[in-house]
Amino acid sequence: MLTLQILIDGFAVSALYALGATGFTLIFGVSGVLNLSHGAIMVAAAVAAWAAASVLHTDTYTGALIGVAVALVMSFATYFAVVQPIQKSRRIPNEEKEIFVLTGTLLWGIMIQELIAYCFTNNAKTVLPIVEGVVNILGVRTPKNEIFTAVVCCLVIALLWLLVNRTRTGKAVLAASMNPRGVTLLGLELTSIYVVVWAIYGVLAGIAGVLLGMFLGVSSYSVGPLTASAFSIVVLGGLGSVSGSLIAAFVVGYLETITAYLISPAYRTIPALLLLVVVMYIRPQGLLGRR
Amino acid sequence: MRITSRPPVFWSINALLGATALGLISASSPAFAADPIKIGVIAEAQAIAGASIPQAAQMAADEINAKGGVDGRKIEIVTYDNHSSSADSVRAFQRAVNEDKVNIVIASYISEVVLALEPWASRLKTPFVTPGAASNEISKSVHADYEKNKYTFHGYLTSAALALSVCDAAKELLVDQKHMKTAVIMSEDAAWTKPLDIGYEECLPKIGLKVLDHIRFSPDTTDFTPIFNKIEAAKPDVMITGISHVGVQPTVQWKNQQVPIPMFGISSQATNSTFGKDTNDAANGVLYQGVSGPGVAVTPKSIPFADGFKAKFGNYPSYAGYTAYDEVYYIADAVKRAGSTDADKLVDALEKTDWEGTIGRVQFYGKDDPFTHSIKYGKGLITGLMLQWQDGQQVAVWPKEVAKTQIKFPSFIKVTAN
Repeated sequence: MLTLQILIDGFAVSALYALGATGFTLIFGVSGVLNLSHGAIMVAAAVAAWAAASVLHTDTYTGALIGVAVALVMSFATYFAVVQPIQKSRRIPNEEKEIFVLTGTLLWGIMIQELIAYCFTNNAKTVLPIVEGVVNILGVRTPKNEIFTAVVCCLVIALLWLLVNRTRTGKAVLAASMNPRGVTLLGLELTSIYVVVWAIYGVLAGIAGVLLGMFLGVSSYSVGPLTASAFSIVVLGGLGSVSGSLIAAFVVGYLETITAYLISPAYRTIPALLLLVVVMYIRPQGLLGRR
Repeated sequence: MRITSRPPVFWSINALLGATALGLISASSPAFAADPIKIGVIAEAQAIAGASIPQAAQMAADEINAKGGVDGRKIEIVTYDNHSSSADSVRAFQRAVNEDKVNIVIASYISEVVLALEPWASRLKTPFVTPGAASNEISKSVHADYEKNKYTFHGYLTSAALALSVCDAAKELLVDQKHMKTAVIMSEDAAWTKPLDIGYEECLPKIGLKVLDHIRFSPDTTDFTPIFNKIEAAKPDVMITGISHVGVQPTVQWKNQQVPIPMFGISSQATNSTFGKDTNDAANGVLYQGVSGPGVAVTPKSIPFADGFKAKFGNYPSYAGYTAYDEVYYIADAVKRAGSTDADKLVDALEKTDWEGTIGRVQFYGKDDPFTHSIKYGKGLITGLMLQWQDGQQVAVWPKEVAKTQIKFPSFIKVTAN
């Protein structure tokens, strides 16, 4: 019974982690940007979905779509207002641009976080679930919303795989992650590939944010932990490796769930962080990372 | 007849003298515009329980000023947002006293913040009242070193008193009416819940509720599924809560997961009427302790304040809103009785407070009581209430003098011991 409970809960949490981390690692893999405003964009999506339903009284589906749309806008804003000006700047030396992008996105995330706290308080918000009620799976009472979360996460990740591997745009994105220079030599505009990647990222972060808002709830305090958790998963899986991040998300998700059930919810995040330290010692490039 | 005309200089001197005289008259008028009573309000302006503190304090000050102030002196509220941080609060306290020259400070609903400010009230010799922190340590420190810490007043019930209030309500509502026999304590790991849990463990068995388990969890917890599963496995009749930093997430997950056990106890966020919207009405069925509430006539002042607050700010205040409102009034009363804003005279006057506010009759325990400068708990003073979220509204269910209705649970709750 407890094993089944851990399997079900761990799967939903892991799938959500996987979706959240996929966009984060995709951006790094293709454009070399570590977007530290990731948590803020996820929280903004969830709070927008909550506000649409609770303040503007839209239905749950419209609220969720508004949440994803807000994340998409925020994603473009991050790229055009923060990342691109740094990358194009002639006053910042090339070797310092990465650290500027890191700091810029971090500050941008803090600005979004403070804005959310100012407008909607730092109190947690929960998005009304699209499916309500519970089902009994072999004696384990499981919210339908938890199953919905897991299914949507898996579907979106599958769609992303299809997009990257089976479409022309996707193949261009993949090529850009392998050899940006080669892509430009083939006559493709690198900037438009980046715009596509930031659009994909916005949708992924938006869906992950709204689902998190429905499943567990978010507050402006969640910004830091969400960025940190995506960062840990991506580092564990190997920076830039989507499949590595997926595996790492499930390792972290299940490790946390097992700890919460078998030891104590208070120590939930500790074993995953210890594992990260161990992996950094033994295999610094992460599980599936490239050196 | 000779008509004499005075030179222009004469008129100028006359005008100058006249103006000076007018100035002197206005300076001696009761308005005392240059000498207001300054109250610093340091609060968690972005948090659900703390947001009501500056709003309620300003409302009380506006009302007092509209009636002419205190002996003609206006009350000026100087607010500081502490972002729920002890470090920010200490900086705000120093600035309030050293730069903004406030006479007294009202600060915070978080015990950790208040415990960090208490030594500063002593060092800067500035009276300080908390409208919402509960830790026993706040008033115990005053008792332990009265001369040093006498500047701190605990304007809310101690955790020990809160546990008593919850147990008093549980005896009538759960044991006598619903015949419940067992409980699990579920509380966040914070300074205020340590004495609360000790209080619960002492008083729950005395009223007939056997404590089956005691779960403390980190205030950073976001997934409450393992906690609810553990509680459910113990098969208690009720969960006795001690939550303040968290509130929305456990409540929503309790409803979404249809945890069949009622929640009863302290849930600070549930005291604010915005909690219903924040939880998408998952709050329905939650039973929480309060010192006052919407539509509850604890005293004749309670309903006019709550309704006035809602008209002004769009929502009913949190518990700390009621206490902050009362605090501004009894500070004004103390200044009037002391005839001064001198810190030591103000402390003496505050100690003699006997003020009927929105939460009951406010008096402070004296120097010899272990909870020196904490507000007194008991019949005829402050007993607290038990309220429940029902159909998106907060309604009083205990004590029977103010109860509007019976307790009612959502369909997923199974009251097995009934």
